[in-house]
Amino acid sequence: MTTTTQAAATQAATTQAAQSERETVLTVTDLVVSYYTDAGRAKALDKVNLTLKAGEKIGLVGESGSGKSTMALAMMRMIKAPGRIEAGNVVVGDIDLMSLSDKDMLQARLSQIAYIPQGAMNSLNPVTRIGSQLVDAMKAHTKDVSKEEMKERAIAALESVELKPEVFKMYAHELSGGMKQRVCIAIGILLEPKVIIADEPTSALDVVTQRQVMETINRIQEQIGAAVILIGHDMGLMAQSMDKVAVMYAGRLVEVSTVREMFTDPKHPYSQALIRSLPKLEEKGVFEGIPGMAPSLLRLPNGCAFHPRCRDVMDHCKTTRPENQVLTGGRRVTCHLYAEENEKAVA
Amino acid sequence: MSLKYIGQRILYLFLVVWAASTITFFIPRLSSRNPVRERFAELARMGGFAPADLEKIIADYSRAFGLDKPLFQQYFDYLAGIARFDLGVSLNLYPKTVAMLLWESLPWTIGLLIVTTILAFVIGNLLGALSAWPQTPNWIRGFATSFVMLQGVPPVLLAILLIFFIGFKLKLAPLGGVYSIGTIPEFSLSFILNLLWHQMLPALALIFGSLGGWVLSMRGMGVTIQGEDYVTYAEHKGLGARTIFRDYYLRNALLPQVTGFALALGNVVVNAIVVESIFGLPGVGSVLFAAIRSNDFLVIYGIVLFITMGVATLMIIVELLYPLLDPRIKHT
Ligand SMILES: Nc1ncnc2c1ncn2[C@@H]1O[C@H](COP(=O)(O)OP(=O)(O)OP(=O)(O)O)[C@@H](O)[C@H]1O
Ligand code: SF4
Ligand SMILES: [Mg+2]
Repeated sequence: MTTTTQAAATQAATTQAAQSERETVLTVTDLVVSYYTDAGRAKALDKVNLTLKAGEKIGLVGESGSGKSTMALAMMRMIKAPGRIEAGNVVVGDIDLMSLSDKDMLQARLSQIAYIPQGAMNSLNPVTRIGSQLVDAMKAHTKDVSKEEMKERAIAALESVELKPEVFKMYAHELSGGMKQRVCIAIGILLEPKVIIADEPTSALDVVTQRQVMETINRIQEQIGAAVILIGHDMGLMAQSMDKVAVMYAGRLVEVSTVREMFTDPKHPYSQALIRSLPKLEEKGVFEGIPGMAPSLLRLPNGCAFHPRCRDVMDHCKTTRPENQVLTGGRRVTCHLYAEENEKAVA
Repeated sequence: MSLKYIGQRILYLFLVVWAASTITFFIPRLSSRNPVRERFAELARMGGFAPADLEKIIADYSRAFGLDKPLFQQYFDYLAGIARFDLGVSLNLYPKTVAMLLWESLPWTIGLLIVTTILAFVIGNLLGALSAWPQTPNWIRGFATSFVMLQGVPPVLLAILLIFFIGFKLKLAPLGGVYSIGTIPEFSLSFILNLLWHQMLPALALIFGSLGGWVLSMRGMGVTIQGEDYVTYAEHKGLGARTIFRDYYLRNALLPQVTGFALALGNVVVNAIVVESIFGLPGVGSVLFAAIRSNDFLVIYGIVLFITMGVATLMIIVELLYPLLDPRIKHT
């Protein structure tokens, strides 16, 4: 435990500047995922790019059906029929997940990249004890560890998410929703993965429990220094505890910026609309919605998928798809408005 | 599980036995037929009795069976008898009692039933679970489906088909009987093998008769469990397919099957009776069948009562064991 506390201490001391020197733990390049349904092919992820450094926390936001869970599942290589990963790379640490054999991928799950599920309420086996669900995860990934040591480590993990050791011997139905979510977090950190993906970990919880669980995730993340991807709808929650925000629209990441940049100077028209739609204190909850409907993935508009709803739509937006580009300062945007700026930057 | 709960269940068992014995007591007495008179009239028709003696014999027998006492007295004597496991006396095989008949025939039935029921349950559920599991090879699925199709065939027909094809045409198994004619019962390997060999067709008939049902219900259950979040999450944890299949999928899908098992017990007994009498095995089924053919009412009612008690007891045992499988269920 002392090593982790030391690590936490050094990490707390690290400044924002030092973050750029940290190693990159996650690189997603041009990831494409489609679902082949009776109604046709739905491109749920279209050339998604993302990089994360150790200890970095990013919030992934977007409307329902925009592809957030699909992205998480694709990074775990857990897309199931009728879905298919059609192109792209996911590199965690120095492991290229797409090139792993199925057996090696099993090993990479949880030990390199862990997923905290969206439906934590039903994610625990109802007929076996909580402890055995931590121990079997450890058993699948570690050799030559004694039963006693596994039990000790499992209890330590439970304690680090503020659960009592007695939970080890309990069953899922004896726990509250927040406790079950904590158990899933404990399982997620058991092997100290480099990347943790939490898919709307708090959406089924009451507000107070939500806050507590978020605090736990933050504390744990600092302790083990993992990069975190937090999926959610709540921009406010993201602003409080994340370093960066990624905005997804119709299967594409339309903008990736730091929280500060996103809230003060959003680039993509959809991000701007999202920020505008946040209730503001001085306007007493006046709420500006985003006009129009989310498009169906089966019949995406030509050109930029956002163009029917965009304030700044230009003629070529309706015919030409904007490419994902890196702006000065490292922000990523997918929009024609910034094509020129980018060309200038490159030139 | 509390003692109170066990007490309640045992009380319930007593109620079932009491209700069943009351029914088996009153039904024969409600009809105007007199089984003793009918039996002796039948014997008299075959000769050997002077009709004059008949009335006296019937009166003697009625006294011996206590049939001349007032009804409520008979009823309490009957209940007291059941408490002593005195289920009545055979009219045909007098002075053999029903208890004696059961004592002789029960080992055959229990041996056959335990083996076939457990085999059918285990194989059927495993095949059902496998056929709902996505990584299962297709030939196993086809194999499982063929048992589902056998499910529609009634056990009588199944037994006859087995006798005809495996026993008669292929000569792979004896057509019936307990052991080969001419062999002497003894405790030797060859005799035991001979015995088992003769049990093969009836066992197959019983297994085939119920296997498909387990496959079908387990497959349905498996499809449901497979979509459960905890199975998907087990994959996220990087567990091997075998662990997920056993600890997450099978364990959960099996729970309703165990309840189904308790409910199927009555059916299992009925099938066993049919199959036993077809193959001429000296089990409870054959004794009951013979009793029905010869109007041996007391034996029929005694055995029916016994089967009722047996099934009720087994169901309660399954129910008491259930919390060991499903921690969410606590009997209080
Ligand atoms: N199994 C599937 N079969 C067909 N289409 C699917 C399947 N799973 C997802 N999709 C499609 O992929 C798109 C993205 O779904 P995804 O679950 O990733 O959205 P999400 O952003 O996580 O939404 P939410 O906020 O509601 O969780 C949706 O439009 C959905 O219709
Ligand atoms: S590409 Fe055009 S339509 Fe799309 S968001 Fe940018 S300006 Fe709007
Ligand atoms: Mg989702």
